[in-house]
Amino acid sequence: MAGIDLEVAEQEIYAFLGPNGAGKTTTVRMLTTLLKPSGGTARVAGYDVVADASSVRRSIGVALQEAALDPLMTGRELMQLQATLHGLSRAETNRRSEALLNRVGLIEAADRRVGTYSGGMRRRLDLASALVHDPKVLFLDEPTTGLDPVSRITIWEEVRKLNDEGTTVFLTTQYLEEADQLADRVGIIDDGRMAAEGTPAVLKAQIGRPRLELTIADGGAERAEQIIVGFGEAMPARDGVLMVGLERGASDIAPIVRALDEAGLHVESLNLVHPTLDDVFVEKTGRHLEGAGEQPEEAEAPTA
Amino acid sequence: MRKRLAAHARVVAALSRRSIRQAFRRPQFLAPIIVFPTLFLAVNTGGAGRAVDLPAFPKVHGFLDFQLAGSMTQSAMLAGVSAGIALALDIEIGFIDRLVVAPISRAAIVLGRLSATAVLGALAGVWFLVIGLIFGAHIQGGVAGFLVVVAEASLCAGAFGALGAALALRAQTASVVQGIFPLVFVVLFLSSAFFPRNLLLQPARTIADWNPMSLIAEGLRDPIVYGLSWSAVGKGLGGIAIVMSLGGVLSALAMRRRLSVG
Repeated sequence: MAGIDLEVAEQEIYAFLGPNGAGKTTTVRMLTTLLKPSGGTARVAGYDVVADASSVRRSIGVALQEAALDPLMTGRELMQLQATLHGLSRAETNRRSEALLNRVGLIEAADRRVGTYSGGMRRRLDLASALVHDPKVLFLDEPTTGLDPVSRITIWEEVRKLNDEGTTVFLTTQYLEEADQLADRVGIIDDGRMAAEGTPAVLKAQIGRPRLELTIADGGAERAEQIIVGFGEAMPARDGVLMVGLERGASDIAPIVRALDEAGLHVESLNLVHPTLDDVFVEKTGRHLEGAGEQPEEAEAPTA
Repeated sequence: MRKRLAAHARVVAALSRRSIRQAFRRPQFLAPIIVFPTLFLAVNTGGAGRAVDLPAFPKVHGFLDFQLAGSMTQSAMLAGVSAGIALALDIEIGFIDRLVVAPISRAAIVLGRLSATAVLGALAGVWFLVIGLIFGAHIQGGVAGFLVVVAEASLCAGAFGALGAALALRAQTASVVQGIFPLVFVVLFLSSAFFPRNLLLQPARTIADWNPMSLIAEGLRDPIVYGLSWSAVGKGLGGIAIVMSLGGVLSALAMRRRLSVG
């Protein structure tokens, strides 16, 4: 880490967005007391992560990147162990375990070994176990990486619900859509430094104008490029797709199409793209976010 | 204070239960503790039983009586290695992070594992004494001797568990801890676990004199072949204390290092 200043308000969802190796997980490990910072200070839930690590641990719930579950335990055993680790009484342990397993839809599978769970089930169990002591702050390190779209949406819904109930959420992600959909504020991290920070809307508004992406038939791309630059800022083409930043937004589309038509060029496809967090990332770092636009993989098959 | 201690004990017990369940659910963890030493005992007793006829061999009821302690020492050492492998697997899959991020003492994480290893050591002790009795061994120390041997086997497994834990926390990978298996046999053969010291050749004899495994094996053996005595119990506990102290210090250092480097 090269030194990061950030503040997360109570009951906020804060997304830490960045490519692999940017420093997201290192930051989470320091904030969750898993790693001692070599310098600087950090307070979580009002407690210093070094001087009062024990109070921090009592206040936080953590679901780490690779759902750290023992495949030989059952879901119920894991919940009960987690409750015991947080000092819950026996009666409270059973009550919370049942309630949370129900909440994440795992009550039917509670007595099955975790090794037989799908990726989505593991993430839900991990999330449930992080909530067993009703933490003030929830840390989610790439909570949906590798999940299928349905499991991903289930996790998002649960995170929103938790936040509505008053839990502050700090999540890391490499998925733009996740940050965009979930976060009240986003911190974009690159190479151990904070590249940008703000609400998704404000960050995207900083980029301003939308861009038009065009595909031209029959090798007319070069001529088309000369025409479209008259309507806005030319952007580098990608995979044969021409791009132009529109000065006046959607109202520029019709004149462009007309100009291309008059030049005898046939437009194969046309797409108006509003600024994304990847555009913000490009603007701030000069390169695309690794895996931007990438869809999460299908759910992995359960392992024994 | 008492409340805090009770909470600490509850955490250690919960982690211990989890480790014991893990051992019973993954045969790879249990086989080295029970199966290998039992096979070794059968082969050794069957193949070298005439050793008792050697002129300098101690007066014992039978070779099986003599070998039981060696098998228990071997089982306890392998229990320690298995504990280390299990802990290293917890590190590999990130399960240990779940424990470190919980509001529990760092010692409880290791103690949970060690107490489970001690329970498995006690079970192994009972197993070897029972099969020894079934196949004709005599326990000269009687019921009290039986219980002392089981208690020593339990402590011994816990002590080796501390060494296994230290190695796991330092290496952080199960394959490295697994690599220690052959060393167990070298250390055992350079002690009086399977053969009396006075019949070992030099330099093995001198090494055996300094090897704490000799103290442990003899501490386990004496109540079986000679009967209970304070000196035998003290010898066994002395050997266990050496291993446990070493394992405890190394585990604490390795845990501290792990927390500072992540």
